Amino acid sequence: MIELEVNGTPRRLDVPPEMPLLWALRDRLGLTGAKYGCGIARCGSCTVHVDGRPVRSCVTSVGSVAGASVTTIEGLSQDGSHPVQRAWKELNVPQCGYCQSGQIMSAAALLDSTPDPGDDDIDGAMRGNLCRCGTYHRIRKAIHRAAEMAGEAGR
Amino acid sequence: MRDLSRRGFVRLSVAAGGGLVVALQLPGCGRRREGIGLPGGGPSPATDVASNAWVELHPDGSTTITVGNSEMGQGVRTSLALLVAEELDLDWDRVTVAQAPNDPEKYGRQSTGGSASVRSAWEPLRRTGAAVRQVLLSAAATSLGVPASELETRDGSVRHPPSGREVSYGELAAHAASAPLPTDAEPKPPREWRLIGREGIVGVDVDDIVTGRAEFGSDVVWDGMLYAAVARSPAHGGSVKGYDDSKALAVPGVRKVVEVKGTGPDAHVRSGVAVLAEDTWSAVRGRDALRVDWDPGPHGGESSEAFSRTMRQAVSGPGSVVVNRTGDPDGVLERADEVVDATYELPFLSHATMEPQTCVAEVADGKVRLRSPAQTPDWSAGAAASALGVDADDVELTIPLLGGGFGRRLDPDFSVEAALIAREAGAPVKVVWTREDDMRHDFYRPCAVHRFEASLGSDGYPEAWRHRFSTPAISATYDPDGDEEDWGVGEGTGTATMLYRVPNRSSEYTHLPCGLTRGWWRAVSTTHGIFARECFMDELAERAGIDPVEYRLHLIDTFRMDRPKPNPRFPHDPERLKGVLRLAAEKAGWGKDLPEDRAMGVACGIDHLSYAAEVIEVSRSGSGFRIERVVCAADCGPVVNPDGGRAQIEGAIHQGLSAALGERITVRNGAVREGNFDGYPILSIDRAPREIEVHFAETDAHPTGLGEPALPPAAPALANALYRLTGRRIRSLPIEA
Repeated sequence: MIELEVNGTPRRLDVPPEMPLLWALRDRLGLTGAKYGCGIARCGSCTVHVDGRPVRSCVTSVGSVAGASVTTIEGLSQDGSHPVQRAWKELNVPQCGYCQSGQIMSAAALLDSTPDPGDDDIDGAMRGNLCRCGTYHRIRKAIHRAAEMAGEAGR
Repeated sequence: MRDLSRRGFVRLSVAAGGGLVVALQLPGCGRRREGIGLPGGGPSPATDVASNAWVELHPDGSTTITVGNSEMGQGVRTSLALLVAEELDLDWDRVTVAQAPNDPEKYGRQSTGGSASVRSAWEPLRRTGAAVRQVLLSAAATSLGVPASELETRDGSVRHPPSGREVSYGELAAHAASAPLPTDAEPKPPREWRLIGREGIVGVDVDDIVTGRAEFGSDVVWDGMLYAAVARSPAHGGSVKGYDDSKALAVPGVRKVVEVKGTGPDAHVRSGVAVLAEDTWSAVRGRDALRVDWDPGPHGGESSEAFSRTMRQAVSGPGSVVVNRTGDPDGVLERADEVVDATYELPFLSHATMEPQTCVAEVADGKVRLRSPAQTPDWSAGAAASALGVDADDVELTIPLLGGGFGRRLDPDFSVEAALIAREAGAPVKVVWTREDDMRHDFYRPCAVHRFEASLGSDGYPEAWRHRFSTPAISATYDPDGDEEDWGVGEGTGTATMLYRVPNRSSEYTHLPCGLTRGWWRAVSTTHGIFARECFMDELAERAGIDPVEYRLHLIDTFRMDRPKPNPRFPHDPERLKGVLRLAAEKAGWGKDLPEDRAMGVACGIDHLSYAAEVIEVSRSGSGFRIERVVCAADCGPVVNPDGGRAQIEGAIHQGLSAALGERITVRNGAVREGNFDGYPILSIDRAPREIEVHFAETDAHPTGLGEPALPPAAPALANALYRLTGRRIRSLPIEA
């Protein structure tokens, strides 16, 4: 039995410790916001936060995060009000939307560590999050916008 | 649908909870591949029979609009709902969109592809909306006891300004349901549009997407569901000879192993072995523990190297079929002092939708239930019925969101395979494709070789133009006994169909027999044809010493070849192509002085009946280059949802650049070698253009599609820009291979 906290709630998982966190979240806990895209940490669709840091849940075993605090897109905010989510809506970023949970989680982690990122910071933090629909142009703008919103809220 | 006097097509009734239900019944629903409209990769035939919506006007003034087309990021749920809301004068903020199940009797053509949804829905949805609005006006006149001429509609209500009275549509249900439907209701003239063309419309699914609530195919969960992973024949066309499942069954969580019999070209289900388990991870672990003995089949010796040699050999002489010819290109070239001769080669491409294929299925009591992220609900359900030997009416198919489509989900293979596995499972099953499964069992954009030979007159413009090309035809995947001439016409879209005027001109095609399944990859044949053609145009312009924009503008003319026949409703208009080329050049500042480390390239084309031109500016960056700016001008007639339209163009540009920069599928021993994003790198944000500008020409025409047309010019505009930056011609893709 593995114990961890998911979106603020203690959870117990009866799965082999080597099961990737992604499948435990999706198939066992019913949290389908994090997506499978590659299984080898090359696309970022599965990004969640573990103790506040962005990780690729497709290559992170459940056993390795025992006792940790995991946040998924479902727990990023109660009501879609996180600055990144608000900026994503304002700029109409998603197309198909499949990669967007991962994009948003990576962007939120970037803003936590770098509140006013430059374009190079965005390239560095986001290049592991692939989008086939081609929303990069809007993602870049939305991250700048979210930084602005978070700054306004913080003042 | 256009003939609203045929009352059967629109039915009004009172909803169970009050409110008015508008049901649309459409005639002549497309069956099977006809509905895709792209059997040869050519322009889709125009059709009046559209995908369609039905509308429920609730008593509280809110509205539910049901959309029949599949949402894969192109914004169809938003744009079709906007058309209805416009004509009915609904309050857009109180519109919710529901997804229709597969039901072509009710919703008409639900196949979503060929950039056809808005084009097909434009007339019928607006006309129906206008007729229903008329009904609501007369119902309100009766109910309020005032002349209809004193009434107006706004935000889901009928208002009587003289008295200030107002009644919501939903409250008019009883009166409206018994009113006759007018036959002469005309859609609003453009000056009265309040929603069509409005800025700031956010996609109807965006709220659910940014909170993780949106349900994609892979998120579907049914009670008692098992998860399946399938080992499919590595070689295309191969089959299972035998297998040992003892180790697979020993994996904890694995419940069952079943063989999947491959189907023929009706569905292209691959021969394989499925492992069913309690969760995805166990199913994949079980699948990996299988030992399968494969018969590689008739294509097990094929390789990319041999394909390339065969295609290059084919274009070294006359093709097997002539797609079209005018004048005497062979004679003029024979006599010419100088012939410009260039050969372009492009690889197979994978769709690589971010969501790999998946489908949930249940077979019980002779009924089949599918929840499938399909672009072709009707074809998929029908193919499942055939494969399982049940009546088509016994297959129920519903549609979640699609995690990208780009043409991959037109094919019914993943839906039919899930139904076949579910029949053996005795439980609902979600078939999960890993990335490797998806990339190695795709329906690929064909590889292609295009060779052009041209001679120029004393004015620098071409006197003769001979085009020889070879591909494994898409249509041969579906009909191996088809006609090679037809295949050549389809594969030659964008080349044999070009509008550049050349007095002596021909196009000759040779099909490449090949076991790899080919399919419709966003924009289809123009993705290779327009690349080759537009690069060659730049080579000719340079030879002539004429500016490439001016060179093109001088040559763009009416299409006068005998084949293919122009689309009767949407013949290619040379003025519209010139219009987007001029607009893109102007907005990009074409011709202005650039720093030494910067350069621009241009390309234009027609795809799926819409027009696009792109100018790309590149800069030197370290040992490589960076894409600084892309300026696109597009003409698709009126744009229903400008921000959604821009998103489609931005997406198409990204995908075109992605393919140009790094995508290549290769074959060895009849199997695809690349399996994941490490070997098949799609564009990432750090290589994407820093700026994209979109300009719509906004001509007064019937709207045409926007999902695909902006893709083809991206790669040649980039290649032409890089030539100006580096002096090196790019004649094969990907650039960075």
